[in-house]
Amino acid sequence: MSIPVRITINGTLRQFDLDPRMLLVHLLRDACTLTGTHVGCETGICGACTVLLDGSAVKSCTMFAVQADGAEVTTIEGLAKNGDLHPVQQGFWERHGLQCGYCTPGMIMTSVQLLSRNAKPSREEIAHGLAGNLCRCTGYSHIIDAVQYAAGMGGAR
Amino acid sequence: MSAQAKKYSGQPLKRIEDPRLIKGIGTYTDDLRLPGLLHVAFVRSPHAHARVTSIDTSVAKAIKGVVAVLTGADVNEKCGVVPCAAAIPDLKLPKHTVLAGDRVYFVGHPVVVVVADDAYAARDGVDAVEVEYDPLPVVVNPEEAIKPGATLTHPDLGTNVAFTHNVNGGTDIDEAFRRADRVIKQRVYHQRLTPMPIEPRAVVASYHAGEGTMSIWSSTQVPHYLRTLLPGMIGVAENKLRIVAPEVGGGFGAKLNVYAEEALCGHLAMRLGAPVKWAESRRENATSTIHGRDQIGYYEVAVKNDGTILGLKARTIADLGSYCQLLTPAVPTLTGLVLTGCYRIPAVKMEIVGVYTHKMATDAYRGAGRPEATYLIERLMDLVAKELGLDRVDLRLKHFPAPTEFPFGTACGVTYDSGNYQGALEKARQLADWKALMSERTAARKSGRLFGVGVSTYVEICAIGPSAAMPAGGWEWGCVRVEISGKVTAITGTSPHGQGQETSFAQIVADQLGVSIEDVVVMHGDTAVAHYGRDTYGSRATVIGGTALVMCTDKIIAKAKIFAAHLLKVAPDQVAFADGQFSAPGAEKTLSLAAIAGEAYVAKNLPPGLEPGLEASSFFEIPNFTFPFGTHIVAVEIDRETGQVAIQKYVAVDDCGPQINPLLVEGQVQGGIAHSIGQALFEQTVYDENGQLLTGEFMDYAMPRATDIPEYILGHTVTPSPTNPLGIKGVGEAGTIGATPAVANAVIDALESLGVTHLDMPLTPERVWRAIHQRTVATV
Amino acid sequence: MYPAPFEYLRPATIDEAIALLVTHGEDAKILAGGHSLIPAMKLRLAQPRYIVDIGRIRGMSHIRETAGRIVVGAMATHDAIERSALLREKCPLLPETAGHIGDVQVRNKGTIGGSLAHADPAGDWPAAVLALDADIELAGPRGRRTVKADGFFVDLLTTATAPDEVLVEIRVPITSAKVAYEKTEQKASGFAIAGVAVVVEQGGVRVGVTGVAAKAYRAKAVERALAGQSAPTAEGIARAAALAAERVEALGDIHASPEYRLHLAEVNTARALRRAYGN
Ligand SMILES: Cc1cc2nc3c(=O)[nH]c(=O)nc-3n(C[C@H](O)[C@H](O)[C@H](O)COP(=O)(O)OP(=O)(O)OC[C@H]3O[C@@H](n4cnc5c(N)ncnc54)[C@H](O)[C@@H]3O)c2cc1C
Ligand code: FES
Ligand code: FES
Repeated sequence: MSIPVRITINGTLRQFDLDPRMLLVHLLRDACTLTGTHVGCETGICGACTVLLDGSAVKSCTMFAVQADGAEVTTIEGLAKNGDLHPVQQGFWERHGLQCGYCTPGMIMTSVQLLSRNAKPSREEIAHGLAGNLCRCTGYSHIIDAVQYAAGMGGAR
Repeated sequence: MSAQAKKYSGQPLKRIEDPRLIKGIGTYTDDLRLPGLLHVAFVRSPHAHARVTSIDTSVAKAIKGVVAVLTGADVNEKCGVVPCAAAIPDLKLPKHTVLAGDRVYFVGHPVVVVVADDAYAARDGVDAVEVEYDPLPVVVNPEEAIKPGATLTHPDLGTNVAFTHNVNGGTDIDEAFRRADRVIKQRVYHQRLTPMPIEPRAVVASYHAGEGTMSIWSSTQVPHYLRTLLPGMIGVAENKLRIVAPEVGGGFGAKLNVYAEEALCGHLAMRLGAPVKWAESRRENATSTIHGRDQIGYYEVAVKNDGTILGLKARTIADLGSYCQLLTPAVPTLTGLVLTGCYRIPAVKMEIVGVYTHKMATDAYRGAGRPEATYLIERLMDLVAKELGLDRVDLRLKHFPAPTEFPFGTACGVTYDSGNYQGALEKARQLADWKALMSERTAARKSGRLFGVGVSTYVEICAIGPSAAMPAGGWEWGCVRVEISGKVTAITGTSPHGQGQETSFAQIVADQLGVSIEDVVVMHGDTAVAHYGRDTYGSRATVIGGTALVMCTDKIIAKAKIFAAHLLKVAPDQVAFADGQFSAPGAEKTLSLAAIAGEAYVAKNLPPGLEPGLEASSFFEIPNFTFPFGTHIVAVEIDRETGQVAIQKYVAVDDCGPQINPLLVEGQVQGGIAHSIGQALFEQTVYDENGQLLTGEFMDYAMPRATDIPEYILGHTVTPSPTNPLGIKGVGEAGTIGATPAVANAVIDALESLGVTHLDMPLTPERVWRAIHQRTVATV
Repeated sequence: MYPAPFEYLRPATIDEAIALLVTHGEDAKILAGGHSLIPAMKLRLAQPRYIVDIGRIRGMSHIRETAGRIVVGAMATHDAIERSALLREKCPLLPETAGHIGDVQVRNKGTIGGSLAHADPAGDWPAAVLALDADIELAGPRGRRTVKADGFFVDLLTTATAPDEVLVEIRVPITSAKVAYEKTEQKASGFAIAGVAVVVEQGGVRVGVTGVAAKAYRAKAVERALAGQSAPTAEGIARAAALAAERVEALGDIHASPEYRLHLAEVNTARALRRAYGN
């Protein structure tokens, strides 16, 4: 049985008929070919799949796509506006906040919410805010630098 | 090497590869979409050791969307055996087929493969396959495994001992122990770890029946190894096989391998006439991608009362798991190469016993063998200092070779290229404000706090390696082409997956050729483009791969000089090259590299006897390993009530020779230290006595999070290596090698007042609490 | 990573939800925030045939003060609770506890009702609702009923909620700021190895403990030891805390042995008490 669903993805309203068991992350990656949202685990720990759902950071692997019916979803691909990088993206670039880049989209999306709630976070606050995102490459220090850089640029935008 | 001014090398440039990654438009293997793509999933053994008594695939085959369900009997004949390339004499190897035959040997052993139209149906198919198992006795403890009468991992091998490797070096070991005033002994367990790159493995295979060509995309560190080894497995000739490592989401050694799934996907693409994809789940990654470390060692140090170390004896039992993957048995032998660390230790004897157990294979996890060695020697230095009442830093200094003594031959049989261990130690002490730190330690202890300072002075082996020491070549290949437009394409046989060589190699090449870095593109990871290579592992890429590119640019400049001489109408030896311009005394103009490239391809005015084009390729064979080194100093405080360790200060001074891009070096060091903090304080792969893996998810395998990371104080010294024209040494593993013992030593130092002299890692709160609790109870 | 198939039902009211639960019985599962249920479904440890998504039912995520009590709807997210100004002022234990749950993404989706109904032995909310002596309101085909937190947790993953009942809201008293939650995390998952919530009231204290045993419990021996004291001494607190795990059968796993859990129950009880009493 498929379910009709309407979701605004990166500003565009899309309609789907969905098998209810399809996870939001698979809808984004497979039906929408927005493959910037990654999968790193089954248990909701790694955060590589983080997207914004009505402005809140959520793990798109721990949500059925049908639950997003009527919502607005922003993925990493929807963050840059008119070709301009989002300040958080810029921060990750400037401060070498990524190595393999696999955790990066999720890290960036969580950081965007973090700065939208706290424009001038301390290093501890950033670390705490990113506790739901694992990175195995960077050792996090440059990621925290990146978020601070973004905060300095006016952060959330 | 040309005498170019270095405009880019040494600069902390931001990375060229980043824009696509921060926009989410990089392509990892699982992001590939091919028309008609089928999805692969595996039925894996829930038992560590069992006989497979029956497999019923009928229900699975009937599921909507399921295309094929195949067992070992269907595919093993067609897929060869999973290779082990380690050159260990008398190695006993079990036959490692891609799917299990009539027995399974570890939890996660693939038994049946299901192929379906989409990943959901493939998973439904997996659930519907019925496999009956007859469980057999299990052996998980390697020390038990080598006792007479032990359960055998592979009964047909007749033993659990895969190999015994002996290191006997330097002066006479028995004499050293006879002369000793004391012998200090310690058993050390180096726990099993799971590499856990955040991107699990993934494979896509596509076969062109008309051409007989196969393309395989794999989340691998070693596309060239795959191209060398898969032909023998799946029967596609090397020159019809293209391997692509697209964006790879971290490796840490876990993807330095040839896996059953890679061969099987290739086979399935041929067999089913459709492209196939397998994306590993995290649980599969934990059960069926290689683990690291897992060595038990018994150590004895012969010392004089003044601290002089006369000799070191070791017996190491290395838990290999149930199969040898690509380098499984070679990893513990690397431990034997740097067992003496930074120190002058005249006599060494080491016996390494590789043992099979019913677990996933161990193999090269970041550091591979060297973290084990470094941890051991650094723990032993502290133990010796403690036992003899000596200062641990003085003890280390006493055994350092002087900077003038390099190249320094060790009793382990290797020659350290260059070093200034005193310099790095001194700098680290400055950065740590050593005197103040030691006063803080004294004051803290006076007030009853458990405060400790740990020091580790390490040396490691990088630039792996000279071909003589490698199973199949340790050189690296590169190619540089100045295009007709003057743009420069650099192709490397290394396979970066986060290390940033699209940037650092562009820095090197741009400097060599005097062009703008914007004009340089670095390509890698596709065997159709990078024809030869030995890939990325063992902190080798920048040193060996970077040098191969330097050799190419040297050839290009030499050829361009002939062109320039011809065009400027002077003798070739009169042409000078600087800042991208060719000039000659008395010539009225200078020529840019781009101008010469234009002439070289238009080819209407070639110097006599010279080929058109401006391209060169090179293989660099490094004469020796490189040996980066450094000092890490850590201060910790322990919560007496809970055993929780808090890192108060972290200082690292690393010497990897000249740094091409300090920002990237810093990133490598910080990332490596994070792995070390994880290993020292909480990471551990746990199997229970039945061989069940208890750390099969991120829910149970603890890794560092952002909140676990201290603020680093980082510094460096620069001691060039004589092994390569750039003088560089490599830095990919330094953090994982130097940091672990520093953290462990700090924790044990904090427990000194309780009489604790050693604890095995991970130093979890419970383990530390138990140590505190028992000592407290015992001393009350 | 790929859940088994199911039929998706989206009731608009609580009554509709109850009717669906009655119809489908044990085959149906309520879906709230999904942060316990969906991971279990992805690993196929749970394979419900019907999913009753209560996420669209209006009026289940309120946080308000009614008749001198604090009322929190079952669908209030951990995040909404953590950031509620009302709660920070009038029931600060709830936001403090919420802040310890998982990570920000988990808090954005997970709900207090789902967490209580799930009754994970390592969940954080059980400690808080026990210490607050919460009333938990359930709605079912036989109407509504209120269960005291103390009687709500029955066993591992088992509560007083019947399969055809919906947990609708939680009611707790307005408290002073004399509250505290002290938690030791399981390093990998962030769940509680030992979490202790304390509420100090006129003439007494209530202590809820989670993570230590198969179900969360009230540490009544601690409460009795401190009864009637408004400013216990440090020694008195230590003596009382030593009773935190009296007659408790502790859980053990690779993350913490029973012995260590019992020890942490005592340590965290002492710490929470000291902070709550301002000692
Ligand atoms: C990565 C991660 C980390 C986490 N860390 C923590 C942590 O540190 N501490 C902690 O406490 N929790 C933690 N959780 C669990 C989280 O808090 C969950 O949100 C919570 O346990 C369940 O709430 P839910 O709304 O998500 O419920 P769901 O997952 O939707 O449901 C859980 C169960 O309760 C039932 N149910 C849900 N709502 C109702 C209702 N109103 N009436 C009757 N039955 C209902 C469902 O049928 C299901 O059986 C973590 C989860 C994840 C994924
Ligand atoms: S994929 Fe790991 S949290 Fe979603
Ligand atoms: S950059 Fe590789 S996991 Fe974060």
